[in-house]
Amino acid sequence: MTTVARPLSTRPTAAAERSESQARVILRRFMRHRLAVVSVILITFIFIISLLAPVLAPFERDAIDLTAPSRPAPPGTVTQDGRVHYMGIDHLGRDLFTRVLYAARVSLSIAILVVLISETFGALLGALAGYYGGIVDTIISRIIEFMLTIPTLPILLIISAILLRRDVVLPLPGFLERLLSALLLAPPREVQKVVVLVLVLVIFGWLGAARLMRGMALSLSKQDFVEALRAVGASDARIIFRHIIPNGLAPILVNASLSLGGVIVLESALSFLGLGVQDPTPTWGNMLSTSQSYMFQHPWLPLVPGVFLVTVSIGFNFIGDGLRDALDPRLKR
Amino acid sequence: MAFDIGQSRRDLLVVQDLKKYFPVRAGLLQRVKAWVKAVDGVSFTIREGETFGLVGESGCGKTTVGRTILRLIPPTGGNVFFDGEEIFKLRRRELKAMRRHMQIIFQDPYSSLDPRMPVGEIIAEGMMIHGIGRNAQERAEIVADLLQKVGMNPYHARRYPHEFSGGQRQRIGIARALALRPKFIVCDEPVSALDVSVQSAVLNLLRSLQREFGLTYLFIAHNLSVVEHISDRVGVMYLGKMVEVTDRETLFRNPLHPYTQALLSAIPMPNPKLKRERIVLTGDVPSPLNPPRGCRFHPRCPRVMDICKEVEPPFEQKQPDHWVACHLYPSGVTVPNAWQPVEKNASPVN
Repeated sequence: MTTVARPLSTRPTAAAERSESQARVILRRFMRHRLAVVSVILITFIFIISLLAPVLAPFERDAIDLTAPSRPAPPGTVTQDGRVHYMGIDHLGRDLFTRVLYAARVSLSIAILVVLISETFGALLGALAGYYGGIVDTIISRIIEFMLTIPTLPILLIISAILLRRDVVLPLPGFLERLLSALLLAPPREVQKVVVLVLVLVIFGWLGAARLMRGMALSLSKQDFVEALRAVGASDARIIFRHIIPNGLAPILVNASLSLGGVIVLESALSFLGLGVQDPTPTWGNMLSTSQSYMFQHPWLPLVPGVFLVTVSIGFNFIGDGLRDALDPRLKR
Repeated sequence: MAFDIGQSRRDLLVVQDLKKYFPVRAGLLQRVKAWVKAVDGVSFTIREGETFGLVGESGCGKTTVGRTILRLIPPTGGNVFFDGEEIFKLRRRELKAMRRHMQIIFQDPYSSLDPRMPVGEIIAEGMMIHGIGRNAQERAEIVADLLQKVGMNPYHARRYPHEFSGGQRQRIGIARALALRPKFIVCDEPVSALDVSVQSAVLNLLRSLQREFGLTYLFIAHNLSVVEHISDRVGVMYLGKMVEVTDRETLFRNPLHPYTQALLSAIPMPNPKLKRERIVLTGDVPSPLNPPRGCRFHPRCPRVMDICKEVEPPFEQKQPDHWVACHLYPSGVTVPNAWQPVEKNASPVN
């Protein structure tokens, strides 16, 4: 029997690989995706330096350099006391490098919050729709379809215009406000605007995840292992949370990383239109927005936030591609 | 084995006039346009410790019978008594308790195991739900024991389903069913997706487990040789109806219903020189959406009579413990080769 052809996987490590956990298999497959790995490193780096902004930033966030030769001023401008504005100063005399770091913190936090909330919410509703079917599915699916037919941007503009009125104050629990305030390094008043923006983006953000998970749940719930679980007496909640959702999570993860990039751009678009987070809290979007009147004379003003914006959103797309390949169950190795 | 199964055994599962209709919805409002009568009045009894084979061609409702009995799909009508308890009347909580005693093994070993869960957890999940075993440690020991019982290794518990072959997966499915120590297992074509060589191994495993744990099986299959190998009694279904129920010996030696006769004549003979007269049925199985009037088999029956087209034949005991739904053998009238008086008040439910 030893002469019988063995399977092609005669690599010496084949035996050891067999029992390695799925997480490690996925990680190994992801590591082969160069661009995705580079993107992870780059985005992690940007995120870390944004978290370290108060330490790294050479100036205060809103400090105006009154000694600057011109406002705006190009990169490399030196202050009277010898400190360098690495990326120049903006039209008000604030250090661009400092502001772009703080903006990274705000933009990334918003993107992560929006994606986390909307993917969770979407996945949950989608799983319910797909698992229960019938009337539950009809209601949830029709809501999704209805919302998909609405043009997003005008509605977002209207909602944020209403919510951003000065007299509207969201009843946020104190700890949440303090937490966000610490995370964004911004006073509570500015946190309010960030929360509004997150909510507004979540309203349309959960649709994709819900549709994906609905499809997954629909096909999974027809499989015999779900029937086996019912035969064993498993509750619906157990089936949904321990079996349907974990099995349907792969496309959701891919969707999440792709939409991280999308949300950063959308947030920038809203801020650019003046309806997102407002100056003085910097985001990449409102930095772009304020630079528009100077962009031909002082091109570094839009370039600085622009480069970050493009890098991060392309990076998230690469990560999404890498995850898609790594999580594809049809690829074995 | 078939020989020691007598009438004396107690009835474990009694199925009375079981019906399952699936709605066909159409149109904008998804109104019910028609009903697919997948199972339309099926009655039979399974005795404790026996294997009841259920045969029939694809689409005749065998699988639906199995799943409806377990209440995996809601019934349309009829009664099922398990150990004297009326399954269809159980409330949620009672049903959950009852699930311990009735398990199922599936046909497709690939879709019946959660691909994202290690085998040990798959097997232990039912025990967690029913509080068997005090802690994870104790459950892991039971899982290791079960894996050995089904011919696998305890260290397989940490692996994922995709690392196993079809036969091994089927063994895992069997271990999962056994984990709750059930009395009764519905085997829904457990070997039809497997290689022939693996089939016999799994069949023999099912048999030895039956002996060890005193299990009762409802064995659903379309392969007659498999059914002959494992069953004590056999029921034959055609288009949602039971047409014949009797013990294995009688069914294979003296089938009464023309459909059973045709089915048996299709079994290939091991000796190519021996020729058997084949009864070749013409036409296709009619749609269960719109089954024929009278006897459902009459459009294809080689011995069809006028009455068959109008009157549906009752499912009656034509010989002792031999139930047939056919007008060829009028109730209470002599059947040539083995006449026995029909017992009074005999019904499939004792």
